[in-house]
Amino acid sequence: MYRSAVWDEPLLKELEEIKKEHYTPQAVLPTSLQRKTLLDIPDLDETQVIRHFFHLSQMNYGIESGIYPLGSCTMKYNPKICEEVSHWEQFTLLHPLQDDSTTQGILRIMYELEQMLCEITGMDHFTFQPAAGAQGEFTGLLLTRAYHESNKDFIRDEIILPDTSHGTNPASAAMAGYKVIEIPSTTEGTVDVGMLEKVLSEKTACFMLTNPNTLGIFESEIDDIARLVHKAGALLYYDGANMNAIMGKARPGDMGFDIMHLNLHKTFSTPHGGGGPGSGPVGVKKKLERFLPIPWVRKKDDTYYFDYDYPDSIGKVKATYGNVTVVLKAYIYILLMGENGLKEASEIAVLNANYMKKKLVDSNLYELPYRELRKHEFVISCERLLSNKGIRALDVGKRLLDFGLHPPTIYFPLIVKEALMIEPTESESKKDLDIYVDTLLKIAQEDPTMTKSAPHNTAVQRIDEVGAVKNPILTWKTIGHRKN
Amino acid sequence: MQFIPNSPLKNKMLKELNYNDINDLFSDIPQKIRIKNLNLPQGRTQQEVEEHMRILAQQNKSFYEMPSFFGGGMKPHYIPAIVKSVISRSEFYTAYTPYQPETSQGFLQAIFEYQSLIAELTGMDVSNASLYDGATAVGEAALMCTRINKRKTFVVPGNISWEKKSILMNYTKGAGIRIKDVAYDKRTGMIDLESLKKTIDTDTAGFYLENPNFFGVFEDRVEEIYSILQKNQSMFVVGIDPISLGICKSPGEYGADIVIGEGKSLGNPLDFGGSTLGIFACRNEFLRQIPGRIIGMTKDQQGKRAFCMTFQTREQHIRREKATSNICTNEGLCMLAAATYLSWLGSKGLYELGMINFNRGQELEKKIISLSGFTTMFKGVHFNEFVIRCPDAKKIHNQLLRHGIQGGLLLEQYYPELTNCMLFGITELHSESSIDRLISHLKEAR
Repeated sequence: MYRSAVWDEPLLKELEEIKKEHYTPQAVLPTSLQRKTLLDIPDLDETQVIRHFFHLSQMNYGIESGIYPLGSCTMKYNPKICEEVSHWEQFTLLHPLQDDSTTQGILRIMYELEQMLCEITGMDHFTFQPAAGAQGEFTGLLLTRAYHESNKDFIRDEIILPDTSHGTNPASAAMAGYKVIEIPSTTEGTVDVGMLEKVLSEKTACFMLTNPNTLGIFESEIDDIARLVHKAGALLYYDGANMNAIMGKARPGDMGFDIMHLNLHKTFSTPHGGGGPGSGPVGVKKKLERFLPIPWVRKKDDTYYFDYDYPDSIGKVKATYGNVTVVLKAYIYILLMGENGLKEASEIAVLNANYMKKKLVDSNLYELPYRELRKHEFVISCERLLSNKGIRALDVGKRLLDFGLHPPTIYFPLIVKEALMIEPTESESKKDLDIYVDTLLKIAQEDPTMTKSAPHNTAVQRIDEVGAVKNPILTWKTIGHRKN
Repeated sequence: MQFIPNSPLKNKMLKELNYNDINDLFSDIPQKIRIKNLNLPQGRTQQEVEEHMRILAQQNKSFYEMPSFFGGGMKPHYIPAIVKSVISRSEFYTAYTPYQPETSQGFLQAIFEYQSLIAELTGMDVSNASLYDGATAVGEAALMCTRINKRKTFVVPGNISWEKKSILMNYTKGAGIRIKDVAYDKRTGMIDLESLKKTIDTDTAGFYLENPNFFGVFEDRVEEIYSILQKNQSMFVVGIDPISLGICKSPGEYGADIVIGEGKSLGNPLDFGGSTLGIFACRNEFLRQIPGRIIGMTKDQQGKRAFCMTFQTREQHIRREKATSNICTNEGLCMLAAATYLSWLGSKGLYELGMINFNRGQELEKKIISLSGFTTMFKGVHFNEFVIRCPDAKKIHNQLLRHGIQGGLLLEQYYPELTNCMLFGITELHSESSIDRLISHLKEAR
């Protein structure tokens, strides 16, 4: 069973400066810019620095520590070979502006990965510029605007999305300058097609949809949805966060989606890095390709090159060509898995999710609102636990930590009360799935005082998050000020 | 199948679920859109893939095979081995965003240390946990200024990179913000103060100053710039090169409200331009308007020091369309590399690094302009980048390439008035022999 180390690790600032050397800065700059006070950053020996960060690493749970079933996050194993190759000097020490003739290898990788993603998704072109899924959405909405404006259609200022959508969807829409219209889901947990038809109008720019949605339910009426959206003159956007459910089974491009993003750090197994770097490539259908960010990677004879000659392009959304290291790792992953492996990944991801779901629901301790068959993730509710024993989803999550397991996503999607959103991925063994389920069942049946006071076995116990807002300490400086 | 432990158990598990076929699990996908397979090659062994990657890698020329002297932002820096060692700890790199603080204390404390280091470097009170890169940080800063003072014009120097400008336009379009340019002084390469005075008014949400600027020149009239902004109550946004801050006054000391920058140079390799690290710091009073994640120090139930994500009501997962930004995944691991790098350097190391970069910038410039036909374009003091007018920039560029050297960035394509100008850049990583080669080939090429 996983146990976190418990270090009372001081801050860097609190470590003893054993190599403090005095120095007097030379005045070389214009007086208005010359630094007059020394930087207040500790001067430490390498041995101190490595121990500090090593200790911190031992108080952090990663996918190699064990199962990490965060819903909609696709925490799967990150193959070592992808990391290894990405550290090679011929990739790390490449300048983005180097002459194309000296970067043929990486250009070929970008070119080929684009083609692979087109095949996997059914789209016609991809850009790798967006640094994460949310930036992909934002880019997609910039493309949406460019498309409508090119049709002299200037009144479309609304984005429609279902109430199950990821938080980034409405946030991206607002940032791109759109009004957000949220429509409630049906009792089946899917898009209310009748309602959608009502709110679609000549003001609709785009309908954003995740499929399967965040409940893990496939939107089976996608054909009608696409027809209605297009009939209204709007575009259909695919949030690719849940693509791990359908590789080799169905493609957003065939479902009628016009624009989509993928999260390479989810579906294509690049590490999450504790919150990035990610990569959110955006794919489009032909009618939108001329608006894509520049440059494109193109191929002529056997030579690859950057092409900036797209006058209708929206320009750039991120520096250089995106998080290329992430792109590189995803390319290696797809080569390793191949057509058979990707399909197998989705099949087992869905099998694992449904396996866990059945065991949990059969227990009658947790409920499964909405339709039964799920894809790669499912959402159960702790409402019964709350009314019977006063145990909330948060408590269940914290108690899982005591058993060395990472909690699922909690309280999302918002339409499920006391939600536990579980996505096991294909990386987990049956034994690990069984342990997770058994632990959840055990928690539901044990003395609630243990659950409500959990966790007990972690580096710290339950944290005062309210205090963190009331009395903000956000840097070393704040602590210093307090002492004075 | 590799990495999928339940592959051999597929049928057994299906049976437990009362299914006969794996496709029963996909019966909710309408027949019409179901596919049988993808037109991709079958999976390969790790050894095969590694061999393939080796062939591709050989078609790239790394900095050591082909030194580059580009200015314009990204430059290679020496990365101590400790950085790779720390970011290769899988507890760090395979973790998700620290939504469960009790089991993510390590990463959370590391982010807190990063925030502290960045606050100290920039002279600001608070830093976030990173944005995507320095360019998108300009866009986020512009949006934040308009959120704060409700004004709708944002002013930038006419000589920021075209890429940054394009990103800024894309970030601000939805909010209806107008972007205005201020000319640069053709003699010094700095902001033209007269032009600035004319442009800034009480409708100006904020002004973005880059220091050192895109031409590598230090903007030394920061006090005057500050007072122009102060008079109009406009926000002062400063873009920095963190490597310069060991010797350079922090923007906080000359009145900046928001400080942003590309932090890639702090322990992150070039990586063909990505992964990047967006630095974003500001004064305390604007805390609630910051985009992205912030980590705070607090206590656990037992009163023990603990860290957690804080001020989350600004963020998309809580506030949805009312969030300060849509950002979720940021650049966690690049941030960790930067924190490791900065703590390895310490204050003295940062000072020395700044001095080396400054001195090498001056020396290389001297060497180049000692060649006949090469002249300095701008009088302003520069850091480790500078603009040189060459006899025939394109010809020189091509000839250098033929000799396995990347010269400076050709500026004429972006600034037609800068005919035959190259923007050179140098750091502590360039070897003496590569500098000698550059100089001798420049001599021949002219």
